[in-house]
Amino acid sequence: MKEKLVLIGNGMAGMRAIEELLDIAPEMYDITVFGAEPYGNYNRILLSPVLAGEKTIDEIMLNDEQWYADNGIVLHKGKKVSTIDRRNHKVVAEDGTTEEYDRLLLATGSNPFIIPVPGHDLPGVISFRDIYDVDAMLESSKKHKHAVVIGGGLLGLEAANGLMLQGMHVTVVHLVDTLMERQMDAVSGGMLKKSLEERGLNFLMGASTEAIIGEDRVKGVRFKDGLEIAADLVVMAVGIRPNMELAESVGLHCERGVVVNDTMQTYDPKIYAIGECVQHRGETYGLVAPLFEQAKVCANHLAKMGIARYEGSVTSTKLKVTGIDLFSAGDFIGDDTTEEIVMQDAGRGIYKKIVLKDNKIQGAVMYGDTVDGAWYFQLMRDGTDTSDFRTALMLGQAHLGDSGHGGNTAAANMSDDMEVCGCNGVCKGDIVKAITAKGLFTLDDVRSHTKASNSCGSCTGLVEQILASTLGGDYSAAPHSKPLCKCTDHSHDEVRQAIKERHLVSIRGVMDAMQWKSIDGCASCRPALNYYVIATWPAEAKDDPQSRFINERAHANIQKDGTYSVVPRMWGGLTTPKELRAIADVVDKFDVPEMKVTGGQRIDLFGIKKEDLPAVWADLNAAGMVSGHAYGKSLRTVKTCVGKTWCRFGTQDSTSVGVELERLSWGSWMPHKFKMAVSGCPRNCAEATIKDYGVVCVDSGYELHVGGNGGITVRVTDLLCKVETEEEVYEYSKAFMQLYREEAHYLERTAPWIERVGLSHIKQYVEEDADNRTALAARFDESQKYAQVDPWAERVSEGVAEHEFTSLKKIG
Amino acid sequence: MSDWIEVGTIEDIPVLGARVVETAKGNIGVFRTVDDEIFALRDECPHQKGPLSQGIVHGKRVTCPLHNWNIELDGGAVVAPDEGCTASYPVKIEGSKIFLSLVANG
Ligand code: SRM
Ligand SMILES: Cc1cc2nc3c(=O)[nH]c(=O)nc-3n(C[C@H](O)[C@H](O)[C@H](O)COP(=O)(O)OP(=O)(O)OC[C@H]3O[C@@H](n4cnc5c(N)ncnc54)[C@H](O)[C@@H]3O)c2cc1C
Ligand code: SF4
Ligand code: FES
Repeated sequence: MKEKLVLIGNGMAGMRAIEELLDIAPEMYDITVFGAEPYGNYNRILLSPVLAGEKTIDEIMLNDEQWYADNGIVLHKGKKVSTIDRRNHKVVAEDGTTEEYDRLLLATGSNPFIIPVPGHDLPGVISFRDIYDVDAMLESSKKHKHAVVIGGGLLGLEAANGLMLQGMHVTVVHLVDTLMERQMDAVSGGMLKKSLEERGLNFLMGASTEAIIGEDRVKGVRFKDGLEIAADLVVMAVGIRPNMELAESVGLHCERGVVVNDTMQTYDPKIYAIGECVQHRGETYGLVAPLFEQAKVCANHLAKMGIARYEGSVTSTKLKVTGIDLFSAGDFIGDDTTEEIVMQDAGRGIYKKIVLKDNKIQGAVMYGDTVDGAWYFQLMRDGTDTSDFRTALMLGQAHLGDSGHGGNTAAANMSDDMEVCGCNGVCKGDIVKAITAKGLFTLDDVRSHTKASNSCGSCTGLVEQILASTLGGDYSAAPHSKPLCKCTDHSHDEVRQAIKERHLVSIRGVMDAMQWKSIDGCASCRPALNYYVIATWPAEAKDDPQSRFINERAHANIQKDGTYSVVPRMWGGLTTPKELRAIADVVDKFDVPEMKVTGGQRIDLFGIKKEDLPAVWADLNAAGMVSGHAYGKSLRTVKTCVGKTWCRFGTQDSTSVGVELERLSWGSWMPHKFKMAVSGCPRNCAEATIKDYGVVCVDSGYELHVGGNGGITVRVTDLLCKVETEEEVYEYSKAFMQLYREEAHYLERTAPWIERVGLSHIKQYVEEDADNRTALAARFDESQKYAQVDPWAERVSEGVAEHEFTSLKKIG
Repeated sequence: MSDWIEVGTIEDIPVLGARVVETAKGNIGVFRTVDDEIFALRDECPHQKGPLSQGIVHGKRVTCPLHNWNIELDGGAVVAPDEGCTASYPVKIEGSKIFLSLVANG
C-alpha cells in the first residue's frame, strides 16, 4: 500500500512541492490536499494584474480542479483544517472531514496584518491577499469613488495602482517618508512617488492612522494629527504575519513562524512545513522565489532521496506596475564599513546605487533603468570580487558589448510586438503570454516553452527582466546550488571536484558515485562529463563518442540539410599552392557545392555527404592537412597578421609565433571553443584583443591578453602581463589554457569564466607564481600526448568509427 | 501483415547510438538504448527535419542535433513543451538479429 501524504494549504508553496514530488517520485504517495479557499491553486502574485484589469482569474490558475483529478490527487477545497491529531496521524477539517497521514506538509501561508484601530472591522475595510479580496475591491470600484490604501509598500502600491485603473480616486497613506522603504532608499523612493503622482495617485506621507470612521460602512479615515479624509473603501496593506495558528495549537514549535530545519522538517519528524508560514534559520520569507527553493528541497526529502538542503535565500524585488521599472536587492543602505557607487540622471529619470563591501556587492537599488539588475544580483549572490572591473560596474553589462538587444531596452517600456529573441523570432507579448497562461516561473521554463534566449542567449537579460516585471521578483535559484542539469543536484564544481578527488575516470563512474537521477544522463550532462573525465585523467579516461555532440563525433559540422562542412587546418592562416590545389581537387571530385573563406583565416567546404567524409579527408590528409576542429569544443584557429616578415610596422614575427601556438595546442579539448591570435604591432590587424588568448607584439616583447570574445557578447581582453621572449609566450599560453581546462564549467568560454573567477585569480596562478605556471604547462603537455592525434587520419586509415559513415542497410 | 526485413544485428549499432537504414521513401534511424532495446524512427525531426539518427540517445529518447528537441524513441512523440510526432516503425529482435517493418506504426 502506498503511503499517505496530506498537504494543508492549497497555495503556491505547497502545490509547488507536490509538483516537484510528482516529477521525481510520481508513484510514491496517495496525496490529499486541503485548501481553505474554494478553488484549485492559483498564482497569487498575479492578483495585482487582475485588479489592474490586465488579466483575468482564469488566466492565473496554475492547477485547476481537473489537474488534481488527472494526477489522482484528492482536493478538499473550501475546507479549512481545524486540528491535527499528531498521536494518531490524522487531520480534521472544520466540517469534520478527516484524513490520515504518514507524512504531513504544512503550507498555510500568512495572514494580512490588520491594524487594530477603532473601525477596522467595518464593512468596506479589506486586505489584499486572495481572490475574495480582489473581487471585493472590483465590486467596490464599480459603486464607490474614494479609496484609501494604508501602506505604501509593494502590495499597497500595486493595490492602489489597480484601484486607480478601475477608475477610483486613490490616496496612499504611509507611515514614513519613503515609499517601499524596505526596498528603496530616499532618492529612488522619491522618484517612484513622483511618477506615481504623475499617473494620478495621491499620497499622504508620515501619516499615522488613528481610526476608521463610519457606522454601517466605512466613511473615512482619521489620522493622529486630526486630519480626516473621505473613503468608501479602505485597503489595509501594512504587512503579513506567518499563519502558524494551527501549528501552534497542536504544539509544534513556533517562534515568528513554524520552525523548520534545513530539510524543511518541523519538530515533529512526520510533519514538514514550507512557505510563508515557516521560520528557517531565523528568517521568514514573503516572496515566492525562496519558497520554491524550499519546495524543491522538501520534495526531495518527501521522495526519500534525502540529499537536498535549504540554506536560506537572498531575494530581490520588482514592483509590478506596468511602465515602472525599479529593482532592489540586498543591503542598499550600507553603513560605515561599506562604500557606494551612485549614478543619478534626473533628466532621464534614472538612478542607480550599488553598495560594496571589500569590493563585493552587498546590495543595489535602481530606478528607471533596471537592465543590469539581474547581473548585480548574480554578482551579489556569487560574492564576486568586482575589483577587476569596478570602473565598468555602473556602465553595466550590456555596455560590455552584447550583440542583438542584449538588454539595451527597458523591458517595461517595450510593446508586445517588439522582438526579444532574434534567433527564434519571439516577441515580448509571446513571453508574457506564456508566463501567465502556462504558469512559468523560471528562465528555464520560459526557454523551453517559448524558445526565447534558448539559442545564442544574448537576450537572456531581457527575458529575465520580462519575467521579473511580470512576476515581480528574481526567480533564478541561488547559484551555489545550481545543478549541472536536471539529472543531478550537484553543481559543475562539485562534479569536477569529485572526479578529481575520487579518481573517477568514466561517465558511468561519475553517475554511479554521484547518484545520477537518470539511468544514462541527458544531452546536457553527458558531453560535460565526457569532457571532465578526459580533461582530468587524460591518460586513463576513455573518450565516449556517444556522449559527444554529432559534430565532435563525426569530426565535421552538421548543416541544416543534414550534410556536413569540412575545414582543414591552415596553420596560423598560412597556406601553400599544394594545399590549395588539394582543396580545389576535392571540390571538383566530390562536387562540393560551395567553398568560402572563414572568419578564422581558412577555407570551409560546404554540403558534403556524411558517407563521403572519410574519402574527402583521405585526399586532404594526402596533401599534409589535418582536421581544423572547426566543430569542436577545442582549440579552433590561431589568427595572425603578416608581421615583421613583410609589414613596414611589424615588430616581431607574428606569423611564426601564431603557427607555433597552433602547433602546440591543436587537438586539445577545452570546456568551450578556444581561439587565439597574434598581431605584429599594436595596430592589431589580427584582432588579438577579442580572442581567448591574444598576443600583441611590441618592440620590447609581447603583450599577453586573455578572456576576449568576439561573438554574442563582445568582450575585450584583459592584459595578463608582458613578456620578453617567444618561449614565455608559449609557456604562458599553455598555463593559461590548462587553468581554463581544469577550472571552467563545460560550455563556459574564457570571457565569462574570467568574469566569474576574476582576473586576479588568473594572474596569481599564471603570472605571479612561476612554479605553478610550470606545473600547469607540464600538465598541458602531458594531456596533449593523448590529444594530438588527427581524428581524420584515424578514421581514414585505421578504420576508427567506421559505422559512423556507412548506413546499416539499403533497402530498394 | 507486415513484411519483416532483416537489417543487421544489435552489435552493428553502438550502445546509445543509431544507424541509418536507407529506403526508397527516405531514411529510417535505428536506435539502441543502454539496455539494448531497439527502436526505429523516420530520420526526420518534426521541427525542421533534422536527422535524428545523428542525435544523442539517452533513456528512451533522442535529442535532435539541430535545435535540441527531444523525441521519444518509443512512438516518436516530441517531448513537451515542444509538440509534434515523427513516424515510428515496428522492430522485432530474434537472437541478435534486427528485423524492421516498413509499415509505420499508426
Ligand atoms: C564558418 C564560420 C563563419 C564563416 O563563414 O566565416 C563560423 C561558423 C559557425 N559558427 Fe562561428 N564561425 C566562424 C567564425 C566565428 C568567429 C570569428 C573568429 O573566430 O575570428 C566568431 C566570433 C569570435 C569568437 O568566437 O569570439 C564566431 C562566433 C560564433 C559563436 C558565438 C561564440 C561566443 O562565445 O559568443 C557561435 C555559437 C557558439 O559557439 O555557441 C558560433 C557558431 C558557429 C557554428 C558552429 C554554428 C553551428 O552551431 O552550426 C557555425 C558552423 C558553420 C559550419 O558548419 O562550418 N560562432 N564564429 C567561421 C569559422 C571559423 C573557422 O575557420 O573555424
Ligand atoms: C497581491 C499579492 C501580490 C504579490 N506579489 C508578489 C510578487 O510580485 N513577487 C513575489 O515573489 N511574491 C508576491 N506575493 C507573495 C506571494 O504570493 C506569496 O509569497 C506566496 O503566495 C506564498 O505562498 P504560500 O504557499 O506560503 O502561501 P499562500 O499562497 O498564501 O497559500 C496558503 C494557502 O493555505 C490556505 N490555508 C491556510 N490555512 C489553512 C488551513 N488551516 N486549512 C486549509 N487551508 C489553509 C490559505 O487559504 C492559502 O490558500 C504577492 C502576494 C500578494 C497577495
Ligand atoms: S555562421 Fe555564425 S553568424 Fe552565420 S548564421 Fe551560422 S552561427 Fe550565425
Ligand atoms: S530540426 Fe530537430 S530540433 Fe530543429
